[in-house]
Amino acid sequence: MERSQMYRQLANMRKALFDQGFLDEQFVQLEELQDDANPNFVEEIVTLFYRDSTRLIHNIEQALEKNPLDFTKLDSYMHQFKGSTTSIGAKKVTNECTQFREYCKAGNGEGCKRTFEQLKKEYALLKKKLEAYFQLARQIGPVESACRPK
Amino acid sequence: METGFSSPRTDAFPAGLRVLVVDDDLAWLRILEKMLKKCSYEVTTCCLAIEALDLLRERKDGFDIVISDVNMPDMDGFKLLEHVGLEMDLPVIMMSVDGETSRVMRGVQHGACDYLLKPIRMKELRNIWQHVFRKRIHEVRDIESHEGIDEIQMMRYGSDQFDDWHLLSGHDLTSGKKRRDVDSKHDDKDLGDHSSAKKARVVWTVDLHQKFVKAVNQMGFDKVGPKKILDLMNVPWLTRENVASHLQKYRLYLSRLQKENDLKASFGGIKQSDSSSKDPAGNLSLPNSIKMQQNDSASGIYGMPGNKTLPQSVDQKIHESDLKGIVSLSVMETKKAPIHDIPDPSKVSSSRMVPNHPFGQLEQEVKYARFNSSIPKQYAWSQVPEVQFKQEHKIHHRVENGFNHLPLPGLQHHVQVDFIQPTPSVSSRPFNKEREKPASIEIKPSYNNFSSHQTIQVAPIGTATNLFPVQSESYAISFHTPAPTLTATLSMKNHGLNQIFVNELESAQRNLISGNCSGFASSDGDLISCLLQGNSYATNVELQNKESFNHNCPELFVETPTCLNDAQRFDYDYPWESMEYPVIDQGLFIV
Repeated sequence: MERSQMYRQLANMRKALFDQGFLDEQFVQLEELQDDANPNFVEEIVTLFYRDSTRLIHNIEQALEKNPLDFTKLDSYMHQFKGSTTSIGAKKVTNECTQFREYCKAGNGEGCKRTFEQLKKEYALLKKKLEAYFQLARQIGPVESACRPK
Repeated sequence: METGFSSPRTDAFPAGLRVLVVDDDLAWLRILEKMLKKCSYEVTTCCLAIEALDLLRERKDGFDIVISDVNMPDMDGFKLLEHVGLEMDLPVIMMSVDGETSRVMRGVQHGACDYLLKPIRMKELRNIWQHVFRKRIHEVRDIESHEGIDEIQMMRYGSDQFDDWHLLSGHDLTSGKKRRDVDSKHDDKDLGDHSSAKKARVVWTVDLHQKFVKAVNQMGFDKVGPKKILDLMNVPWLTRENVASHLQKYRLYLSRLQKENDLKASFGGIKQSDSSSKDPAGNLSLPNSIKMQQNDSASGIYGMPGNKTLPQSVDQKIHESDLKGIVSLSVMETKKAPIHDIPDPSKVSSSRMVPNHPFGQLEQEVKYARFNSSIPKQYAWSQVPEVQFKQEHKIHHRVENGFNHLPLPGLQHHVQVDFIQPTPSVSSRPFNKEREKPASIEIKPSYNNFSSHQTIQVAPIGTATNLFPVQSESYAISFHTPAPTLTATLSMKNHGLNQIFVNELESAQRNLISGNCSGFASSDGDLISCLLQGNSYATNVELQNKESFNHNCPELFVETPTCLNDAQRFDYDYPWESMEYPVIDQGLFIV
């Protein structure tokens, strides 16, 4: 694929991520932090996020298998996880986190489980999309791989 | 090294601001690091709170500001916040993804100078330097006024006590002061640079402070003004500005005492309870001592925030927070009652009253903080009436620390007297000039009346350190004796600031008296001296006061006229108001 085409494709991918609500303003902030000193800053952060959050997801999963459910603990785990998701601007995932915490407060175990399933889906989907995005960006080269919107 | 101001970084301030970021979330840690670097700040990151504390301790003066997440696995962010505030006196910014009002409130209470919500934008980080700057300015101001006191204190108490005192007072005053004193003592550049133009430092010796308190009391706290005070003091070399700045500190001190009282009251536990007289005396003396001369003990008191049991932790917390930001753990109300201490019954709830008990001065800021903290939380500001004093007064007689004399509970009475004697000169003077402190014992009787414990919790306002392990309880006892004196002093006119102290004292006394003693009047001096003596008590007192404050002192605390009153709820009229708190003030405000 021609370079310019790749650029365009990358730009489209990026736009779609925002338009479809996968990412929010925070992602733009990360892009703005990217510079010569840290040319792959955004990817670094996303990688950190996915690495760190695996552990948290695992904790939540285990906690959800307990009976009875410890909502305080669940809420605490989710609080941590939510903090993480906000770091990369994972909008949809963050929303699921909020929903999950609401269910925790209400003591709704079923709601929690349901939301968590949804959350995992969004989480995995975003991961795939971002992986593709960064892969393309790397192909294009160190040159600015994304144009900031607005 | 110096704070941002004096270091080479100052030129491009805020560039080069040394920030320590603590967050267990690695992604955020990295992001914040990058953002701060973009602001031209010098960033150090840490993912563990314990690690952060070690780093801060290792590199004292190595950082200008700390940004920390609230939720961390190894330590609660609030706890870290308190430690930092207490030990290092650095501005701390909290972060969290949770923006619930209650959490934010907690952050502020623990002394956070700001609370950011994640996701954090870079523009929010750009302005964090203002917190550093603000603190510096305040520090300078404080140092200026406290400088003298610090030195005096040092001389007075002797090294160990001084050390303790410093500990107690928490870092705020001490560290700041130390830093400044050491560095700027000879070259005020640090201080002189910014903030008020410093002229030759005025060393507010105990005597000088006593004169000050006396003058304030003479005039009535409400009507006090620097010029008038200056005239009354009749100290030729003193300038109006010196007095003005000292007055400001004094007021802060009192309000802090009150807060502590309140806080203590809320804590309720400590209350000195019963012994009534003891506390007051102890308490009073504590603070007073500080000021007054007794300072030794007083400092102890201040330092020790908490008296027994709780106190330590409680106080610490409180103090820390207080210190930091006078967090006000509900202490706000702190009953000013420094003087109160009225050990017995009067729980010095007067916390409202001058929060800063006489101890005040120990660390000045620190002390105040301490007091506040010790005051049972419940008293949020003003309500503390009862306990307030207690806390402050708590002077922890017992305290092993400083006060050897005050034998704690049993002795108190005697002790008080004894102490009072010596102090009377010191304290009594401040209080009422007229009262001579005959034996603090007088107070005692009155305190008893107060019904609840008057535990004058003289929570060491500033002293964060628990120098005095004092168990506040014992204080109560010892304080009792002083109580009577408290009243005495309290009855002195309400002089502005002194008033506050007096108020506290009064409250304490009132509490005591309410019971039956209406005749505190005479023993103000004694009480004060007791307080002074009870420096060590102070710390304990605080906590204890809580309880005591609660009940009895609503009256006592009544007035804390100026600052303390904000929230005060002194519901009942406090006849004490007119009382002078002179003694207490003096003692407390030494710092």
